Amino acid sequence: MSYAEKMKNEWFGNVKGDILSGVVVALALIPEAIAFSIIAGVDPMVGLYAAFCIAVVIAFVGGRPGMISGATGAMALLMITLVADHGLEYLLAATILTGIIQVLFGVFKLASVMKFVPRSVMIGFVNALAILIFMAQLQHFVGETWIMYMLVALTLAIIYVLPKFTKAVPSPLVAIVIVSAVAIFMNMGVRTVGDMGALPATLPMFALPNIPLTFETLMIILPYSLALAMVGLLESLLTASIVDDMTDTDSDKNKESRGQGVANMVTGCFGGMAGCAMIGQAVINVKSGGRGRLSSLVAGTVLMFLILVLGDLVVQIPMAALAGVMIMVSISTFDWGSVLNLHKIPKTDAIVMIVTVGTVVYTHDLSKGVFAGVLLSAIFFAAKISKVKVEKYVDKKAARITYQITGQLFFASVTELLEKVDFEGKADEVVIDLHNAHMWDDSAVGAIDKIESKFKARGVKVKIIGLNKESTDLMDRASGLSKASGH
Amino acid sequence: MFKRILLAVDGSEHADRAAEKAIGLAKLQGAGASVELVYVVDAKKSKSDVLKYGDSDTATYKRKEMLQVYEAKLFNKGIKSETTVLFGSPAETIIEHANDGKYDCLVMGSRGRNEFQTFVLGGVSHKVMKHVKAPVMLVK
Repeated sequence: MSYAEKMKNEWFGNVKGDILSGVVVALALIPEAIAFSIIAGVDPMVGLYAAFCIAVVIAFVGGRPGMISGATGAMALLMITLVADHGLEYLLAATILTGIIQVLFGVFKLASVMKFVPRSVMIGFVNALAILIFMAQLQHFVGETWIMYMLVALTLAIIYVLPKFTKAVPSPLVAIVIVSAVAIFMNMGVRTVGDMGALPATLPMFALPNIPLTFETLMIILPYSLALAMVGLLESLLTASIVDDMTDTDSDKNKESRGQGVANMVTGCFGGMAGCAMIGQAVINVKSGGRGRLSSLVAGTVLMFLILVLGDLVVQIPMAALAGVMIMVSISTFDWGSVLNLHKIPKTDAIVMIVTVGTVVYTHDLSKGVFAGVLLSAIFFAAKISKVKVEKYVDKKAARITYQITGQLFFASVTELLEKVDFEGKADEVVIDLHNAHMWDDSAVGAIDKIESKFKARGVKVKIIGLNKESTDLMDRASGLSKASGH
Repeated sequence: MFKRILLAVDGSEHADRAAEKAIGLAKLQGAGASVELVYVVDAKKSKSDVLKYGDSDTATYKRKEMLQVYEAKLFNKGIKSETTVLFGSPAETIIEHANDGKYDCLVMGSRGRNEFQTFVLGGVSHKVMKHVKAPVMLVK
């Protein structure tokens, strides 16, 4: 297939399905975009602009047709302190910088770096995200009346019961419409979206963030942008893999990284907050028949159109309805299978998962949880492979002791190795057999040198046999170095 | 009577017992009976498998491994078989596939792997029994 044919297929291979699913996704995106803006602490419009810009831009530059991107909970949760301390303009600047970092990530083809994030960390990431989205809803219950609780219960009841009768319309949307109608007609006076911030019926306008272009500004936004870029790519590439699997097709992960970057750069210039791919929305899109790029374009434009036309109604949506929808989102985001099977998976994997979740819930920062999880996995891995076996064979006649070493020799395993060698034994000659060992670093060379020198100091001859090629090279280089430096 | 048998599986214990019954049915026919294995991957499965195995390719490979167990069972009994993997919501996809082809019987387990889901959403087997035109055997 030529490039033009491929593009034509990705755009127009499934026009009817894409338009229909795009409309469904647009409707499902509105409450989420508003709720995530509220989590981040900005006006609802910031999330809606982001959902619009990102969905439209990704339709053109993304690497995974049929995937939906927009304002997400994972990203919103990372912005809270930046917005609280420095305000919206800094968030927009951080969004643009996030995009630049992601584009670089894609250009240098670093999508494969994601394989360094173990699967138990990814599961922890998803579960932690679900817990944080749920916890973010609790603030809406503080100091509320039983009327608000009833509305949340009604929202959840409609969301979970309606699909038993019809799947033609998304049940969260029906829940929002019904609960809003109930609240308005019965004049309940509950808090609404309008109370949370302004929702002007205007299209997003191009404007660079109004911030001082100084080194200090950069230092303020850089940590946030790095975390946003990393978390955004993590969730986007995970979502891309899920869409790959659901549709039994392949996607270009590096192109997706670049696309996410471009989308965030554009969003930041049009007053939207940083976003990424959305697992839930992508699943809704594919389930509703969406496969091509058109679905994302339709989702974005229909969303903007609805906000412009129905903005006056949107501000009247009770926060109770929104909280109900978000509770549903957190329940479906959570990977329940991972908890039910917790006793079946290896203990170290379970610990990594729990530590990832715990770190996130404690710090409210997904990137810190991922970092802690990756670090812990690395430690567990090092501990696992740092087990060295030392077997001792004594040849009394020749007064020779042979140590047969099996395993990986590196910084984490040399202490154990040295403990297992008996330097007091009586012998004329000691043979260190490394046929089944591999030396990985300077510490390994150092340990072998130490064994050699300790025996030699006692007048014992030392012979090292069975070095493989890489280990020999390492030994040569290291000893060359130590000689050159005059040791 | 049961020349073309469609066997829906998901790697659960119920599916294993269903496979035994499908083999029994095929044996009744003697030579010439064939079994088509069908497995449906839905959105939830995609999400949990990708999380569990890392990427789509590995998830696909793991599913093939799961299906090979059934293929081997049929092969050892000398029954011709083919395997179909479909994507979509399980009940609707199985119903559509079963009604599109000419099958003499559909055999499946009464419950799948996920009992909690069955409790919330209603069973796949219930819907399939209602809408598939061919005779359906539900194995407990």
